[in-house]
Amino acid sequence: MFDNALFIGFPYMAIAIAIAVTIYRFFFDPYSVSSQSSQFLENRKLFFGSVPWHYGVIIILLGHLTALLFPGAWGLFTANQTRLYIIEIIGLALALMATIGLIFLLYRRMSNARAQAVTSELDWILLIVLFLQVGLGFWVAYYYRWGSDWYLHTAVPWLVSLLKFQPDITYVTALPFWVKFHFLNGFVIALLLPFTRLVHLLVYPLSYLWREHQVVIWNKARH
Amino acid sequence: MVFHLDKCIGCHTCSVACKNIWTDRKGTEYMWWNNVETKPGTGYPTLWEDQEKYKGGWDREEDGKIHLRLHGRKGGLGNIFYNPALPTIDDYYEPWTYDYENLFNAPEGDDQPTARAVSMITGKPMDNIEAGPNWDDDLGGSPLYARNDPNLDELTEDEREQLNEIERVVFFYLPRICNHCLNPGCVAACPAGAIYKRGEDGIVLISQEKCRAWRMCISGCPYKKTYYNWSSGKSEKCILCFPRLESGQPPACFHSCVGRIRYLGVLLYDADQIEKCASVPNEELVAAQRDMIQDPFDPEVIKAAKANGISDAMIASAQNSPVYKFVKKWQIALPLHPDFRTLPMLYYVPPMLPVLAKTKDGNYDVDGLEKENLPAMLSSLEKARMPIKYMASLFSAGNIKEVEDVYRKLIAVRIFKRAQKVKDYQKSEVDAALAQGNTTADEVEAIFRLTALPTYEERFVVPPLGREVAVEAWEVPLDRKREAGFGVRNKIAKRKF
Repeated sequence: MFDNALFIGFPYMAIAIAIAVTIYRFFFDPYSVSSQSSQFLENRKLFFGSVPWHYGVIIILLGHLTALLFPGAWGLFTANQTRLYIIEIIGLALALMATIGLIFLLYRRMSNARAQAVTSELDWILLIVLFLQVGLGFWVAYYYRWGSDWYLHTAVPWLVSLLKFQPDITYVTALPFWVKFHFLNGFVIALLLPFTRLVHLLVYPLSYLWREHQVVIWNKARH
Repeated sequence: MVFHLDKCIGCHTCSVACKNIWTDRKGTEYMWWNNVETKPGTGYPTLWEDQEKYKGGWDREEDGKIHLRLHGRKGGLGNIFYNPALPTIDDYYEPWTYDYENLFNAPEGDDQPTARAVSMITGKPMDNIEAGPNWDDDLGGSPLYARNDPNLDELTEDEREQLNEIERVVFFYLPRICNHCLNPGCVAACPAGAIYKRGEDGIVLISQEKCRAWRMCISGCPYKKTYYNWSSGKSEKCILCFPRLESGQPPACFHSCVGRIRYLGVLLYDADQIEKCASVPNEELVAAQRDMIQDPFDPEVIKAAKANGISDAMIASAQNSPVYKFVKKWQIALPLHPDFRTLPMLYYVPPMLPVLAKTKDGNYDVDGLEKENLPAMLSSLEKARMPIKYMASLFSAGNIKEVEDVYRKLIAVRIFKRAQKVKDYQKSEVDAALAQGNTTADEVEAIFRLTALPTYEERFVVPPLGREVAVEAWEVPLDRKREAGFGVRNKIAKRKF
């Protein structure tokens, strides 16, 4: 019963709230959607924090997502031992990179008075939850080796079952505590997303790749 | 807008008027949408003209194409986590106030209590204030500021030394607002596409709701006229007081100008020429920009303007525009740093600067110029106190001839009017000056009139923009309600997220 609440109730609740609040925020409070960059106030430490953090975590996140969306292809890829080694090493390196970056970011927020002036309580909560998540991820990847492979047979079927609205938690309930913690903490992040500055990841300006350089807006519709 | 620099007395009234209206909020303390700089000097933010450092504006390739100096499209997205060319608050100054309360609450002691400086960002005491608004005001000749002006790079060592000589130290004021460029670097650099130019009046604005604090506009603008609000996480910039313009009032900086140095008027231009015009070699930039401005009396131009939705009132203003006269008709106003290739829409009549003089044997000796067959007493180009190369670096992308032409005309105006009033010049001298200035008596009178005696109506020739009315002509007003206006319509509480 408790497991049901954790692995069915909580994920559904987190995602439902996340979607509803995100939509609300984009339509009714678009002004609040911002990355809230503090580079203007503190430049040097940010470089060593922000760059490894973002590149590390984005690539890892994309890896998680690819395996979830294309489990077949991913499974074929990791079936070869050399490729499995490569994926594991890259993943571990990126996780390390993201963790170190985040440590820099935490240290920066703690040590720099200017950065502190623009840090809200929610920013702190977000930072800590994110740190927990990459820390746990790194720990799991290191201690419960070959995660890129067993992920396909545990978390992926569970997530797919949730997506299909036929929840089946047998894949995950028997897993070690730290692994389960990592899964659930992921949904905590999803829950926090619309309430924090983390929404900026939804507005990554890909359209910059193709939009016209100059933007002119006329009152009158022009044809 | 045209700034007549000879009339600027550096009083900063424009800056203060602007600040009181627009930038007195948290996070905007350090913003000076309008500032007045002392030149030579490093300006605000420090060394803003140094594009090696800040990567603002456009760069011209060998093949004549231009690209943003800051980043390409992929580079812009790659650098989004850390913008390497971003100025930080230290390149401006950390805003502060004083702990006045201490003057009342300090415990009794042997010394007078003081009001310590307190940072407006952190709230902590500041022991060292290293910079502030107009920190280098009037410091012409200073080794720290004037000597580091990037525009001095083209000068020889001797010329630079002369500028710092006692009795030859010279400076002038340069008021700056957003240039509302035709080819703005900030708009092109914004990954979110939040910055736009209004079609009807050309005002460049940042949508506060679309801005995501990717902060590329700050680097992309070569004039450093977009500012980052560190508290709200949004960029802000000069809005040319469009709420005032829409109701027929001039911008606050314009209206408060004590020296009445500013002229605001309409220019009609051919938007299809923008890219071509921004891509010509440096020497041709000023001329190309002038060519792009269309004659508002030309029936073809009027027809095209009407077809593009330009109102009759706007066309009438263009015909009566003081800016058109200074920039295109008389050609005595030049854009600031056309070499940044953003096609800036502010123009400056360069300052004449005082005559060159030195004390010789205890007497003040004014250095005249006989070889040009011009009378002494007035500034002459060849012995200009501020090297012409410096002015060319500021106003004509290094094209000395453009600046010389302006100065010869301005000198002709002075000599002509002096001959008229003081009557101490020969007619031959006046004629020589007019010929050298490539001007006529009528033109000189017109320049004099608009320079020295213009009325408010002659300086400010823009029809009330009436944007809300303009919308009604084409759209259902109720659908478009609340769509034109500055930024935020909700009350801004403390950041929730």
